Amino acid sequence: MYPPKFDYHKANTVQEAISLVKESDGKFIAGGHSLIPAMNLRLADPGTLVDISRLNDMKGIGGGNGVISIGALTTHAMVAASEVLPDALTEAAGMIGDPQVRNRGTVGGNVAHADPASDLPTVLMALRASFHMTSESGERSASSDEFFIDLFETALGENDVLTSISLAEEGANTGSSYQKLFNPASRYAMVGAAAQVTIENGTITAAGVAVGGLTPKATRASSVEAALVGQPANDATIASAAAAVANDLDDEVMGDIHASADYRRMMAPVFVRRALETAVSRAS
Amino acid sequence: MANYMGKGIKRVEDPRFIQGQGKYVANLQIYGMTHAAIKRSPYPHAKINSIDTAEAEALEGVLAVFTGQDMIDGGVGPIPCGFTPPDIKLPPHYSLAVDKVRHVGDGVAVVVAETAYIAYDALDLIEVDYEPLEAIVDAKEAMADGAPQLHEETPNNLSFTWPIGNEEEVNNALAQCDHVVEVDLINQRLIPNAMEPRAAVAQWDGAMENLTLWTTSQNPHTIRLLMSAFTFGIPEHKLRVISPDVGGGFGSKIFHYAEELIVPFCARAIGRPVKWVATRSEAHLTDAHGRDHISRAKMGMTKDGEFQALHIETYANMGAYLSLFAPMIPTALYHTLMAGLYKTPLIYGITYGTMTNTTPVDAYRGAGRPEASYLLERVIDIASHDLGIDPIELRRKNFIQPDEFPYQTPVALIYDSGDYDGVFDEAVKIADYDKMRTEQSSAREEGRLVGVGVSGCIEASGAGPSAAVVGLGAAIGLYESGAIRVHPTGKITVLTGAHSHGQGHETSLAQIVGDELGVPIEDIEIVHGDTEKLPYGVGTYASRSMAVGGGALVMSAEKIRDKVTKIAAHQLEAAVEDMVYDRENGTIYVKGAPDKSKAFAEIAFAVTLANNLPEGMEPGLEETSYFDPPNFTFPNSAHICQVEIDKESGEVALQDYIAVDDVGNIINPLLVEGQIVGGVAQGVGQALWEHGAYDENGQLLSGSFMDYAMPRADGFPGIQVGRTITPSPSNPLGVKGAGEMGTIAGTVTVANAVMDALAPLGIRHIDLPLTAQKIKAAIDAANGGGD
Repeated sequence: MYPPKFDYHKANTVQEAISLVKESDGKFIAGGHSLIPAMNLRLADPGTLVDISRLNDMKGIGGGNGVISIGALTTHAMVAASEVLPDALTEAAGMIGDPQVRNRGTVGGNVAHADPASDLPTVLMALRASFHMTSESGERSASSDEFFIDLFETALGENDVLTSISLAEEGANTGSSYQKLFNPASRYAMVGAAAQVTIENGTITAAGVAVGGLTPKATRASSVEAALVGQPANDATIASAAAAVANDLDDEVMGDIHASADYRRMMAPVFVRRALETAVSRAS
Repeated sequence: MANYMGKGIKRVEDPRFIQGQGKYVANLQIYGMTHAAIKRSPYPHAKINSIDTAEAEALEGVLAVFTGQDMIDGGVGPIPCGFTPPDIKLPPHYSLAVDKVRHVGDGVAVVVAETAYIAYDALDLIEVDYEPLEAIVDAKEAMADGAPQLHEETPNNLSFTWPIGNEEEVNNALAQCDHVVEVDLINQRLIPNAMEPRAAVAQWDGAMENLTLWTTSQNPHTIRLLMSAFTFGIPEHKLRVISPDVGGGFGSKIFHYAEELIVPFCARAIGRPVKWVATRSEAHLTDAHGRDHISRAKMGMTKDGEFQALHIETYANMGAYLSLFAPMIPTALYHTLMAGLYKTPLIYGITYGTMTNTTPVDAYRGAGRPEASYLLERVIDIASHDLGIDPIELRRKNFIQPDEFPYQTPVALIYDSGDYDGVFDEAVKIADYDKMRTEQSSAREEGRLVGVGVSGCIEASGAGPSAAVVGLGAAIGLYESGAIRVHPTGKITVLTGAHSHGQGHETSLAQIVGDELGVPIEDIEIVHGDTEKLPYGVGTYASRSMAVGGGALVMSAEKIRDKVTKIAAHQLEAAVEDMVYDRENGTIYVKGAPDKSKAFAEIAFAVTLANNLPEGMEPGLEETSYFDPPNFTFPNSAHICQVEIDKESGEVALQDYIAVDDVGNIINPLLVEGQIVGGVAQGVGQALWEHGAYDENGQLLSGSFMDYAMPRADGFPGIQVGRTITPSPSNPLGVKGAGEMGTIAGTVTVANAVMDALAPLGIRHIDLPLTAQKIKAAIDAANGGGD
């Protein structure tokens, strides 16, 4: 595996990273688990890599006042081991690759890459996370609905750095889950379903549901959410809500040698239902 | 110290492997080393109009660029085929394609540069003008009228037809049978994926006109012979081939590969050492693939399930060229196993070997025998469902009995020994088979899809004698060499023609020699894989090293003991026939007078001094033997497993797996268990996940691990390994091959379990791999088409 020639810079501050990328027309690199394989296969030739992996302010999980902040350089292993993050996120992070990948790959790199088969975008969409970006001109934030735009495309501008992701702490009456139909080769999601529900007095008062793996980008299952809120938290609600995911899938469902588009479409309600069942049981 | 046989000694080679201190071809550093990269065809089938290498040659750091024509002009010949049944048509196979490319990955040019990075940069600067041609990938469709033609030499893309048995007799018998099971089966293409990709380093010594080639081979002597006699034109005594530590082969490193010619050609041309290491993508495109059969089987039986006749027709995909042993796999190593464990009196088989625009196919772990077992054991399982007879019961009705060995099957082989009921008794006991079935019944009542799979498989391993193998069409004798060199201090170097690439020979062969001579294994080193150090060697494949290579070492040890005993008798002034060689302690003493003794090391030193040897005896204590086994060995197995299918998704969970194998006497149970478990994992990989898939245009769809699904630890329960032992009479150690049984049995055991789970829905057969999507589709179809 011999990538094309590239220059390498190590950035010491976010602003330095931004100006280095701008000057060189290069690419940021953190854990390198999406970019380096593409370079090794000579599918990517960025010319210059700006290494942001030493920007320690962007590492770790913290927060307060009901909001959790995840630094963009936090590894999947750190997320998987977290005791403060919602279950859907920790279990999804634990399903990524293998221990070596999880120890090196970062949350920020993962979502900035926006691979349609990736797990975290789906979960962060369901959890209604916010994405915090720094550009030359300052800082801004985007909701998950704004952040994920299309296949490998996000709200990040070319020279923008994703610095952190924030989301609400999961309260006592809230539960979440991520369920995944694994690609047997890559272990990416062929269908990934994430759900978070809040239950008060037996009624679902809030719901976040998203699917990924089968769509070009993480996709909010609005029909499922609408079919849940205000309804009793029981099997009948879950079953009919899960079936509604069909309304949230347009004709852009993807297929490959492992799973056709039709099969994935068929599996979406199954995995949404399983995610809801687990989320509801965790909320109760 | 001795008594090593049967002991689960940890592998002595592991500390260096685990600590990253193995010496692989890619680790080799030589002063002045250059690096090669190969330009490969993106087209499955295309005419080469021109190749422009000027821009690549002009890149700084590039030393040379060569094409296929350059190699032909330099005297490099086509790669031969080493198994040629009568009437075979042999298309030429050049190491770099000349007029036409015939599969994606076919090499067209090589760049040699100061660094590998520059070599890969230069690849992008080579301009090849291709004229794409229509491609064919299906082994059966390749023979159809109007199919794209790969080679002038093989009209209708047919290379060979190989029949065995009397078709008319079999058809007549089938017509008389109470019940005939007929089924179409696909044994899908697999990609071997040894952990270490292939690599080659060549160094040319211009003054001596000597060439040294380091290559990831399972059989360096075979490569040397082929290069001398056929491909490279270098005299055999001027060529040294070294296969140092090799990280797995599974058969894929047996064959003579193009890069074993390209790299030496470059080294000789530029006068500097050249290294090439395959990328994983190259491995997917150029390592010989395995399997890829399309078959129709018909088996006739009485209503009580007594097998009467079997008819098999197979289309075997050879790929774009005939790899070294490719035609042997779906013929002499396939139809000859169709008797299985059973007394089926009449068997007819025919194989059509066809050329397609795919990577060449050759031996892959099991090589023909997993394909045979899959077919036979699937057919028997379908029969058991058809007849309503328990699958174990049906098999037992047809077993060859222990008192019937040696047993002549209707398909050429003579089985050595076995007790098939005994193997099944053990498997049934470990699995608690009756309980499994009871639990399955209750699961079915709950509407769950639980299946129990059974198989009884046989393997022919440690092939021999050479006369028989050559008689079947192989251009290779299948004996093995083994030399024991005793040093003056009594330490021992063992030279084996077998080759270890993961099997643990440094441990198991030392155990054999340690026991034979009464020497601690710490005093023994096993040397393999270097044509300059060893006598001629055949190499390691087809589960032959302990049976054949071990046999040669037993013979050499006997000669050593004989000489040592004579010297001891002479020095102790006793008659040779009064001497006792104590193999526990490595001492030689006078019968009845144990204090009148000599230690092994004392004799080793005495033989070096050579001042007091028996009259006429030569100094030196080194013996070489060649063991040509009188017959194959026939390991056999009973495997049982349980699966549950997720009704909603079609996903299969393997819940329990029991492997009982009779591999004869055991040298090291730890190593045998490792072979069985690893083999089962590979077999299950074929059943559930692995597929070297091409699209209809000839593009490899599973060209990386992103799409080629390997077995993973989390897909397996703990595999329970049991054994029975009937020693093989075919070799001095009584051992049978253990390397492939797991793979041979694993695929069909799991396939049978999945089909058993689906049987209540009336589903009879699904082709491999049994993916969630295929199973879900079958369930929906059985339920009347979709939820």
